[in-house]
Amino acid sequence: MTSSAEGAAPPRQPVPAPPATPGPLVRELRAVHALVLRDLLRMLAQPTQTALMLIQPLLFLLLLGGGLAALVPATAVGGDYRAYLFPGVLVMTVQTPAVTVGMRLITDRESGHLRETLMAPVRRSTLLYGSCLGGTTEATVQGAVLLATAGTVGLPYHPVLLLSLLATVALASFVLTALAAALAIGIRSVESFHVLLSLALMPLLFLSGAFFPLTALPGWLAQLTAVNPLAYAVDVLRRSIAQHVPGAPAATTVHWGDWQVPAALEIVALALLGVSALLWAAHRFGRLE
Amino acid sequence: MTGTGRHAGDVDEYAIYAHGLTKRYPGAEAVRGVDLHVHPGETFAFLGPNGAGKTTTIAMLCALARPTSGHARVAGADIRSQPQQVRRGVGLLFQHSAVDPDLSAERNLYLHARLYGLSHSRARARGATLLELTGLTARRRDRVRTLSGGLRRRLEIARALLHEPGVLFLDEPTVGLDPHARAQVWDHLARLRADQRTTVFVTTHYLEEAEHCDRIAILDRGRVVAHGTPAALKAAIGDDRVRVRTADDAAAAAALRQDLALRPAAGPDGLTVAVEAGARQIPRLCAALATRGVPVHAITLTEPTLDDVFFHHTGRSITHPGPPPGHGDGRQR
Repeated sequence: MTSSAEGAAPPRQPVPAPPATPGPLVRELRAVHALVLRDLLRMLAQPTQTALMLIQPLLFLLLLGGGLAALVPATAVGGDYRAYLFPGVLVMTVQTPAVTVGMRLITDRESGHLRETLMAPVRRSTLLYGSCLGGTTEATVQGAVLLATAGTVGLPYHPVLLLSLLATVALASFVLTALAAALAIGIRSVESFHVLLSLALMPLLFLSGAFFPLTALPGWLAQLTAVNPLAYAVDVLRRSIAQHVPGAPAATTVHWGDWQVPAALEIVALALLGVSALLWAAHRFGRLE
Repeated sequence: MTGTGRHAGDVDEYAIYAHGLTKRYPGAEAVRGVDLHVHPGETFAFLGPNGAGKTTTIAMLCALARPTSGHARVAGADIRSQPQQVRRGVGLLFQHSAVDPDLSAERNLYLHARLYGLSHSRARARGATLLELTGLTARRRDRVRTLSGGLRRRLEIARALLHEPGVLFLDEPTVGLDPHARAQVWDHLARLRADQRTTVFVTTHYLEEAEHCDRIAILDRGRVVAHGTPAALKAAIGDDRVRVRTADDAAAAAALRQDLALRPAAGPDGLTVAVEAGARQIPRLCAALATRGVPVHAITLTEPTLDDVFFHHTGRSITHPGPPPGHGDGRQR
């Protein structure tokens, strides 16, 4: 036992210098990288679960699309129904992994996993950005896998089209992830989060124009689509397709009052919503204990 | 590990310095004015029953929770104003396992190192070193899910050491482990202390584990009720314990009280007397009881244990706690 008497000669400094201390920005970036990598590795470590998450949207595409394609006249949706359904299914695909970020925030908090992450010597906000970026990446990868099936609904594998669709999918993933995170921080139990989500996601999806044109909705419901981020995402996707594929189902577009919102503005609106949700989540996250 | 020439304030000669640390939750006061002075290189035990506020104190010292009042410096940084510096200087082993079960041991370490800002090559090198140090090299590719509790704990210790912290906090490091795995964890800690001069701050409610430590603070209901080396703490309550079993405890108690001016305490196993240099007192005890005609069945002599120390300061036994304290167990989410 070493001498531990009070009043011993002042011992050496307790703090060992970390070798070649990196700058603060480098440290924050490394933490973000670690969190994104962790999500991707987790995804790879559970291939079955990842595959299962893709099954639901595929079922929608095959069953709903296959069943209704014969029934829905091309005039109603402006083209083949399965091609019409495709953007909506893309959004459905990214919603599950995006929402998982919120779920993980809650369960990790309950299990104590979150504390381990919070111990990292970086800003709290950085950790939240990292988690959201991880969820966004995961969701985008899933979206990309589904995008690979575009040929089955008659879409051409045109590089520019695929890239623009992928970019929109990434944006939608980001918005959904940020919203899920912002929601999850104020909620303590997974059950409440589940209930809230299933309550919110169903109308969001049905009022997005994913399954039927928004023009089919009664007027007052159609007004609601102006505040539905999914409607914007589906709309942007459909407009990209319409641009590249002659005779593809036309977009029904989001309206503000009587004004047709241009695609560029739809993208800006989505990005703004995502960023505000993210900042708000980061603010709340910084005050967690 | 070399010391740095960073500005040395009065309190920075300590690895951990806390003054009046207090944490209040709505309706409960988990920690009530804790003072700590832990020297660099020391192994310091925080001993207390569940709910004493150990975990909450650690959370404050690691800058995870903000103290309601009081202040502390850990690893040369202030826990309020420099939380990131504190976290860079400390490693923390959580009470509840928090490794990723689906990833390999190696990957877990790599990701953690990157989270702490280590470069790619450094993260790999440190990971390999620590796998070696904790004897996990052969299992490095295995999913953590397949590791036993003891191995997992060792992986967690390895993880806490990746960024070469000067102070290592271990919150109940051996809870839920079998005796063999527990002994191994302590072996590793002992080696760590010898090799790296890391300051180790460990909470436990196992008395025999506290015995390994240089110094101990006993925490009860959010307060430090005693601190010092295990030997000093035991010496402070003085005295050996002589347990006497007789045919008539009441008569024996009266005899000891009147003839020898002792203060016997009656228990289910007979009388217990605290006396100085117990071995030399036993003949006198026997003589006194014989004079009074009380037959003696057995006499045992024990040196004071930490449990006696704990009992002395809190009026309760840590191994057989009485009614639980009236507030939560100090753990927070």
